Amino acid sequence: MIKNDNIKITTNDLCVFYDEKQALFDVNISINEKETTALIGPSGCGKSTLLRCFNRMNDTIENCVVKGNINIDNANVNNPEIDVVQLRTKIGMVFQKPNPFPKSIFDNVAYGPKIHGMAKNKLELEEIVEKSLKQAGLWSEVKDRLSQPGTSLSGGQQQRLCIARAIAVRPEIILMDEPCSALDPIATANIEELMDELKKEFTIIIVTHNMQQAARVSKNTAFFHLGKLIELGPTDQIFTNPKLEKTQDYITGRYG
Amino acid sequence: MNTTLLTILIISLSIFAFYYAVYKIKSAQSLNTKHRPLHSYYGWYCLFWTIFPALLFFCLWTFCSSIWIDKTIINIITLSINEEGATNISLQLNAIKNAANGILTDQVPKEILSNYISLNQKSEFIRFIATLGIAIIGLFFLIRKINPDLRARNKIESILMVLMFIASFIAIIVTLGIVLSLLFETLKFFSDVSPFEFFFGTTWSPQIALREDQVAASGSFGAIPVFTGTLLITIIAMCVAIPIGLLAAIYLAEYASQRTRTIVKPLLEILAGIPTVVYGFFAALTVGPFIRNIGETFGLSIASESALAAGLVMGIMIIPFISSLSDDVISAVPNSLREGSYGLGATKYETIILVIFPAALPGIIGSILLATSRAIGETMIVVMAAGLTAKLTANPLESVTTVTVQIVTLLIGDHEFDSSKTMAAFALGLTLFIITLILNVIALKVVLKYREKYE
Repeated sequence: MIKNDNIKITTNDLCVFYDEKQALFDVNISINEKETTALIGPSGCGKSTLLRCFNRMNDTIENCVVKGNINIDNANVNNPEIDVVQLRTKIGMVFQKPNPFPKSIFDNVAYGPKIHGMAKNKLELEEIVEKSLKQAGLWSEVKDRLSQPGTSLSGGQQQRLCIARAIAVRPEIILMDEPCSALDPIATANIEELMDELKKEFTIIIVTHNMQQAARVSKNTAFFHLGKLIELGPTDQIFTNPKLEKTQDYITGRYG
Repeated sequence: MNTTLLTILIISLSIFAFYYAVYKIKSAQSLNTKHRPLHSYYGWYCLFWTIFPALLFFCLWTFCSSIWIDKTIINIITLSINEEGATNISLQLNAIKNAANGILTDQVPKEILSNYISLNQKSEFIRFIATLGIAIIGLFFLIRKINPDLRARNKIESILMVLMFIASFIAIIVTLGIVLSLLFETLKFFSDVSPFEFFFGTTWSPQIALREDQVAASGSFGAIPVFTGTLLITIIAMCVAIPIGLLAAIYLAEYASQRTRTIVKPLLEILAGIPTVVYGFFAALTVGPFIRNIGETFGLSIASESALAAGLVMGIMIIPFISSLSDDVISAVPNSLREGSYGLGATKYETIILVIFPAALPGIIGSILLATSRAIGETMIVVMAAGLTAKLTANPLESVTTVTVQIVTLLIGDHEFDSSKTMAAFALGLTLFIITLILNVIALKVVLKYREKYE
């Protein structure tokens, strides 16, 4: 079982509906601080939906209704009183397809710090940008061309730029929605290496279709099927000795 | 012998060609029934070569023979009336043509008339026979060529490609023709009036004197007041349309629910469908007097025809151009950019201003420019609401006039078509055309330079 001494996020009977269709059924999951948790499962099983619940990104979908509780640091995220903007500064997000803004590399990273007033002057802003790019392992590749558009980078570089952009706001949690599915194996290896570094400082939740990736990067793994959390446990146990037959079937590729 | 009969014959020939080609290819392929190529392509191919050369010949012959007949008749006329010293040969020619069509206007020499008629008949006879002949030759030639090895579909596709090329070429040719005709009339105008006066003069009163000794007999053609009038009204219109149009677009694309959007957007687009004349009397009967009344309460005397009234209504008219196009552009910005921004804790406002708007800017500028050229070219509203007198002023409460209105007033009524007064219209038109062209080029450059590509 997962050790429960440093829990960052818990959900309590979380249900999500898109109009009449229910996407998540009574999910109860707990996620540890400064560890990487992988969410795996076949397409349409609700793992991305769950990820988007953590930073209330589902609010942007018109017909989406979320029921139940999500507690982050013992505060309920679904409380309508909560300031979503505040919440999202605490939770960074990296998307499936690299989505740099149509701005320069510098402005992409500086975007978050600027809107949150994190830098008092230009020098501080430059420091934040440099630090974030270094942390994302991109600094050496782009330091001479910070004024070029972010979209001029390669796919893998763009994704690392998006990670730099997310960590520039100094979040506590980073959500990653299949961050490597549009990348080649070398870029994927880079990102995985980066995640290994980042987990020292951030709580990472990653959705992935690549089970080797889940096995490589995560400490804990949650398996979802048809909107239900089937099994949650330490990654090595899920992959070598799952408790349930369904998990076993999925991991060994009997269905997917 | 007439054209109707010829048309009927050619059409029946081509229908025969189509079905015979289809029949022939079907029977030729009956041995190999596994593949069923598209038989109708053979029919169309045959039909094309039956009609097209015949049609081409018909047109060419009609064109060339009429020129040749005219020349012959003119020669005869000049020979026969040499001693009378007749001046207007083309008038005579017209009289003969009218007479041949049964309209007797003047006395025409009988022999020339009969000469003309017989020439015409001969030409028509040759045309009839030859056209029919070409169609039949085309038909037989093609029927013989029909066999399964003929790649009829490829041929039809290349014929279609040529037709499409011609279609696109026509648009270019017509545009070129319009520009050239404007250019030549303008050059004629500038041989009467100096370009310096036209471009830098500040008085516009293109009257032509009735008597030689009248005051300001030559008229004055300083176009500056006319262009400033256009500028003033366009600026007022854009001041109304850009903020309202953009805010409406942002509301529709970012804030409105799907239901509101499906109702509001078509309603806004109805504005674009109202005829400009209707806007014109709205401006002249409602907005103009309204502004005058407001002015009176502040002790200002405002004419009921003012640049402000015309500009305001014109602004309302072009709102849908900006709102509808900008809405499309803003909606086309990928959702991933919005989510990326929200994910960083940006508010909706920050997201729109810092991410969506820059990404959509090229399209937005495009829509604004389209609206501006509409405003510059708009005529009806200004005729009805802004007046006709050219005044060099920047005061929106005075009555001004615009380039398009002046073009209209210069060309309506009875004038000789080669007076400076009418020629001035062409000069105005060409200048306006060049201005909008420059605007478009600038816009294109701006868009290319500041484009933030999101793919």
